Amino acid sequence: MTTKTTRLHIRRGTPGAPARTETFDVPFTPGQSLLDGLRWIRTKLDPSLAIRFSCINANACKECMIELEGKAVYACTQRLKEGDMHVAPLSNKALVHDLISEIAPRDERLLD
Amino acid sequence: MIQLETDVLVIGAGGAGMYAAIAAARDGCRVQLIDRSLIGRGGATVMAQMTVSVALGAQCPDHWEHHLADTLQAGRGLCDPLLAQLLCENAELRIREMDAWKVGWAREDGHLKQVHAPGHDRARCVYVDFLNTGPAVSRTLRAQLNRIDAIRRIGDVLVTDIVVSSGEAVGAVGLHLLTGETVALQAKSVIIATGGLTRLYRRNSGSLNMGGDGYALALRAGAELVDMEFVQFFPIGHLAPRMIGMDPIMWDPFRYKLGGRLLNAEGEEFADRYGQAESGNYVLTRDVATYAIYKEVEAGRGSPAGGAYLSFAHVPDADLRKAFGPVIDRLAKNNIDLSKMSVEVAPIAHYHMGGVRVNAAMETRVPNLYAAGEAVGGANGANRLSGNGITEAFVFGERAGTSAAARAKARAASGWNEAAAARALEPVNRRAQAAATPNTAALLVELQALMDDKVGPFRTGDKLDAALQRLLQMQQALGPLPAGATPYDMVCLDWLDLRNMLLVAQCVVRAAIERKESRGAHQREDFPGMLPEWNLNQRLSWCDGELNVECVPTARAATTAP
Ligand SMILES: Cc1cc2nc3c(=O)[nH]c(=O)nc-3n(C[C@H](O)[C@H](O)[C@H](O)COP(=O)(O)OP(=O)(O)OC[C@H]3O[C@@H](n4cnc5c(N)ncnc54)[C@H](O)[C@@H]3O)c2cc1C
Ligand code: FES
Repeated sequence: MTTKTTRLHIRRGTPGAPARTETFDVPFTPGQSLLDGLRWIRTKLDPSLAIRFSCINANACKECMIELEGKAVYACTQRLKEGDMHVAPLSNKALVHDLISEIAPRDERLLD
Repeated sequence: MIQLETDVLVIGAGGAGMYAAIAAARDGCRVQLIDRSLIGRGGATVMAQMTVSVALGAQCPDHWEHHLADTLQAGRGLCDPLLAQLLCENAELRIREMDAWKVGWAREDGHLKQVHAPGHDRARCVYVDFLNTGPAVSRTLRAQLNRIDAIRRIGDVLVTDIVVSSGEAVGAVGLHLLTGETVALQAKSVIIATGGLTRLYRRNSGSLNMGGDGYALALRAGAELVDMEFVQFFPIGHLAPRMIGMDPIMWDPFRYKLGGRLLNAEGEEFADRYGQAESGNYVLTRDVATYAIYKEVEAGRGSPAGGAYLSFAHVPDADLRKAFGPVIDRLAKNNIDLSKMSVEVAPIAHYHMGGVRVNAAMETRVPNLYAAGEAVGGANGANRLSGNGITEAFVFGERAGTSAAARAKARAASGWNEAAAARALEPVNRRAQAAATPNTAALLVELQALMDDKVGPFRTGDKLDAALQRLLQMQQALGPLPAGATPYDMVCLDWLDLRNMLLVAQCVVRAAIERKESRGAHQREDFPGMLPEWNLNQRLSWCDGELNVECVPTARAATTAP
């Protein structure tokens, strides 16, 4: 079996610093989610990659929202595909770190 | 450091924490409700799909004493009878209150509809259609919270320790994940409502926030844990093909409604080899199904991913669609066509019977410290009856909120202790000095694999000993300080999670090593059979860096604080 690859281009950085794009090759298995790919990067290549999610499968927490090719998606329900994928944090929310943006309702935040 | 102060501090905003906050505010206290995730979204409550047990007598005559009898029976003699009674007796109040808050329990002929779930002697379980119990419960409690000014809701704060001064809880400390700043939470009383520990296992039905934080917090604060060896496995969790956007325990309702055949790699039904024949109906109990699947895999007759096949191929298309309309479409998006293929299923960690030891006021042995929900141990003994998880969250949450409010009102001030808070925050504050840490994400995956392989539902002394050894090595590997100090620092978060998970895993393993018999969710292949001399609960405590395990005859009627 030939191994297929997803090439994930990830916009990374923290507020105030210029963003950079890093590229990771992830083995592609049909059926996997984008979140599976991002989690694979954390365990195999770079544990510092900041992503946010709770429920992993159930699509119940709604925390994993990021942008894929400029469109908001849930990383846990978006399929991984062979070839290139470009992901970034939500552009309409304040950046926290890498793919994490501030998503909590205003009245549930510690700081304003 | 960010400083906050309140009367009642509630840690964890699942069903138990939200109910506790509402109850404490109702009794006139200011409340802070803290969660590491979003309020009402991070834990098991929002993920629950099925039923909630309560002796309403709406469907057929019932009394809470019947519910209690079933709960005690399922608990195989180990339930704390007072906690079990509280759960069953107060269930109706809470379920009716949720109804008044418009949760939307399913109705039939003008009454609440109750279904008959396995282990119950009659139709006793309410639910919200379709597979919507958890989301409806969460939404309803959030709506109530939002109406109460005395409750401040704060997400994205990871509580890392309870602050204890002169043996009493005076608040907690934590990390504001978004900024990486430390947080001091002064309070007159504190409730741990952090849910269960199933994240310890590779195959689990839970969320990222269920690494057993509350057990570690309680233990380090001086409270006791009880029944930690009893982790409930759900027998037919989804394994393969990869299915996304759906809960891995979703096959249960399919089996309720349509039967479904459990097959091994050779295409044979095998449950009858283990004492229960199925013939298309869903009668197999959870423990027998779990055992049968494990044994088939062990005998080399497992499915490719290491489980069993679940097949609905004998069910006509029209019946499938009638029973699960929209769900069939979601399956199609995952390229799963049940009329043509089977799926692979295996036992997955689902719920924890053990937890923080409390009395019927939800009070731990540490003054001012309370626990509620799945974080509490004892009500369910060696095995939980289906539907008791959500009920327990409501009932114990309400009770903890009321008790903690009374306590807070009786105290003039929190008695906050800066030095104790600083000690609790030490590892976090010394982050910059950390030596290079191992790949924390990889270590977490290794821990989960270890627990699955060696501390699953079927245990042997050898495997448990090996697991304990490895846990101690992993603790060494983790090192004394977390690394990383960026906003939402994943490496630091993993380190803090691992610190708790490794401690809690040791609690499970230590208790499992000691219990040399098989009972409920704890099955020792080297000690088959349930022994009367083990009608004991094991209590764990933490003293000078040592874990102590103590055996105590199962309580019959203790009314004093533990
Ligand atoms: C998929 C699934 C389906 C289920 N289905 C059913 C069912 O049909 N019926 C039933 O009765 N039971 C069911 N259960 C069990 C039941 O859902 C749980 O036992 C119950 O919801 C637990 O409620 P809780 O409030 O105690 O914990 P949770 O709902 O898990 O909430 C705990 C909260 O604490 C937070 N937290 C954890 N650690 C920290 C920390 N250190 N700092 C701050 N916050 C923290 C978490 O983010 C989370 O929000 C199910 C469980 C699962 C996983
Ligand atoms: S991880 Fe929970 S919705 Fe995506």
